[in-house]
Amino acid sequence: MDYFLITTSLLKIVGMLFIVILPMVSYSVYAERRVSAFMQDRLGPNRVGPAGLFQPIADIFKLLLKEDFSPRHVNTFYYWLAPCLALVPAIITIAVVPFGSTLLGVPMVIADINVGILYVFAIASLGVYGIVLAGWASNSKYPFLGGVRSSSQMISYELSLGLAVIPVFLLVGNLRLTSVVRYQIEHGWMIAPFIGDWMNLGKWLLAIPMIISFVVFTIAVFAETNRLPFDLPEAEQELAGGYHTEYSSMKFALFFLGEYAAMISGSEVIVTLFLGGWHFPGIPDGSHGWIFGVINIAVFFAKVAALIFVFMWVRWTLPRFRYDQLMRLGWLFFFEIALVNIFLVAIIVAYFRF
Amino acid sequence: MAITVARPKLNWRERMYLPAIAAGMAITIKHFKNMILGRTKVTMQYPEEKWDSSMPEHYRGAPALVRDTDGRVRCVACQLCEFICPPRAIKIVAGEIPSTDRFAKVEKYPEEFDIDMVRCIFCGMCEEVCPEQAIFLRKDYAITGFTRDQMVHHKEKLLEIGGVMHGVVLKWNEKK
Repeated sequence: MDYFLITTSLLKIVGMLFIVILPMVSYSVYAERRVSAFMQDRLGPNRVGPAGLFQPIADIFKLLLKEDFSPRHVNTFYYWLAPCLALVPAIITIAVVPFGSTLLGVPMVIADINVGILYVFAIASLGVYGIVLAGWASNSKYPFLGGVRSSSQMISYELSLGLAVIPVFLLVGNLRLTSVVRYQIEHGWMIAPFIGDWMNLGKWLLAIPMIISFVVFTIAVFAETNRLPFDLPEAEQELAGGYHTEYSSMKFALFFLGEYAAMISGSEVIVTLFLGGWHFPGIPDGSHGWIFGVINIAVFFAKVAALIFVFMWVRWTLPRFRYDQLMRLGWLFFFEIALVNIFLVAIIVAYFRF
Repeated sequence: MAITVARPKLNWRERMYLPAIAAGMAITIKHFKNMILGRTKVTMQYPEEKWDSSMPEHYRGAPALVRDTDGRVRCVACQLCEFICPPRAIKIVAGEIPSTDRFAKVEKYPEEFDIDMVRCIFCGMCEEVCPEQAIFLRKDYAITGFTRDQMVHHKEKLLEIGGVMHGVVLKWNEKK
C-alpha cells in the first residue's frame, strides 16, 4: 500500500473541503449579498463583525438552530434525500479539477483520473436529481412545477455543455484535466493564446471558436447551476420559491449551499478548460519552490473568484427568461452554435496541423 | 373589450439582445464601481448616524412638561390636554397649592402627570390647547421600554425631557 499517496490524498480532500470549499461557499453567499447591494446602491449586510464579515457564521447558526419542520404530506425518504443530492454532486465534482501545480512534490489535484471531464459531466448531471426529488417528494404544486422545469432545463443545457468542450479536447487529445492545463501552459490559454509561438495566425484563428466555446459553455453552466437568468426552477415570483418551498432550516440551507457549490465547481471547470487553470504567465510551477506552489493555488482561486463575480454581476443585471425563450435559446441557438463550432475547430486544427 | 398591444418591430440588432445585455452589464458595474469608490450616497446608517442635526424645527417628538425661569412647573393642571388628547394618553391628578406658597394664586398644580407613550400619537393637540404653554412636543423620537409600564412617562421624566422654557407667559408673577 502506498501510504504516502493515501495520506496526501486525505489531507488534500480534508483541506480542500473544509478550508477552501465550504468557507468559499458560505462567503460567496455573503459576497452575493454585498455585490448585489452595491449594484443596487445599497450597503448589504455590514453589521456582524467588521464590514459584516461574520454574517455567514451567524447565518449558519441561525439555520442550524431553526426548527427542522417536515410537512406531513411529504414522501419522507426522498424529502430527506433530496438536499444531500443537491449538495454532494456539486462538491465531489471538484475532485478532478487541478487547483494548483505541485506543493512539495505533491500534485495539487485530488484525483487525476484519465476521464476527468466525463466524470465532471456525469456527476454534475446527478445534481438534477436533488431538485427533481425535492420537487416530487414535497408533494405540493409549486415545488413540483419547479422540479419539472429544472429537469427539462438541465437536460437541454447539458447538450450544449457537452458539445462546447469538444473543441478543447480536439486540441488537447486527452480527457485528463491536468493535460488540459499542461497544454495551455505550453500553447497559451484557450481564449487568449499569448504564450509560445503567439505570432502564429492559426492560433489566433483558433481563439475565435474557442471564445465562442467559452461563452456557450459559461452560459450553459449558468443554466446548469440554476442561476439567473435561468433560475426558472426557483422563480420566486412564479413558483413561490420553486423546489425548496416546503423545506426549512438546514435542509433549505443545503439547497442554498448546493447552488453556490455548483457555481464554484462550475467556475473551477471553466477556469481549467478555458482560462489556463492555475497558470499565470511568468509564474513558474511548484517544482521551483513551495512558494510558487502556493502562488499557483492562489492564482487558481483568484480566477475562480473573478468568475464567481461575473456570475453575480450577470445575476443582478439580467431579467429571467420566459420558459419558451429558455428552451428556444438552448435548443435552437446554443446547440447549433456549439455543433458548428466543433466543425470550425476541426477544420482549423486539420489545416494548421496543431 | 380586448385590447391588442402592438409589439414593436425589432430590427436584427435589437433581436440579438447582445447590445442591450452589454448596456445593462455596463450600468450595473458602473453602480458597483461608484459604490466601491465611495461616490454613491447611501441611506443614513441609523444607530451610528442620527438625524438630530438635520431635524426640522417643526418636528413633533415626545411631549414634555416645562418649568419656567423661576423653577415652577408651568402646568396648572387645568386638564385641557387630558380632554383634548385623541388617544387619551394623558392622565392628570391635580393638587392644591397651599396659600403660604409664593405662587398661591395659581391654586392648582399637577400632583401626577402621566403620558402613556404607547398610546401617544404625537399629534401635538396638547401643545396647541395648553393655555399656559406648559406642554411642548420635543424632538425625542426613540422612546423605548421593555414593558408597558416603562413606556409611561411620569411627571419627573416629562420635566426632565422638557427642561426650562424661557417663555412669554408671565401672568403668574406677583407683580401682576
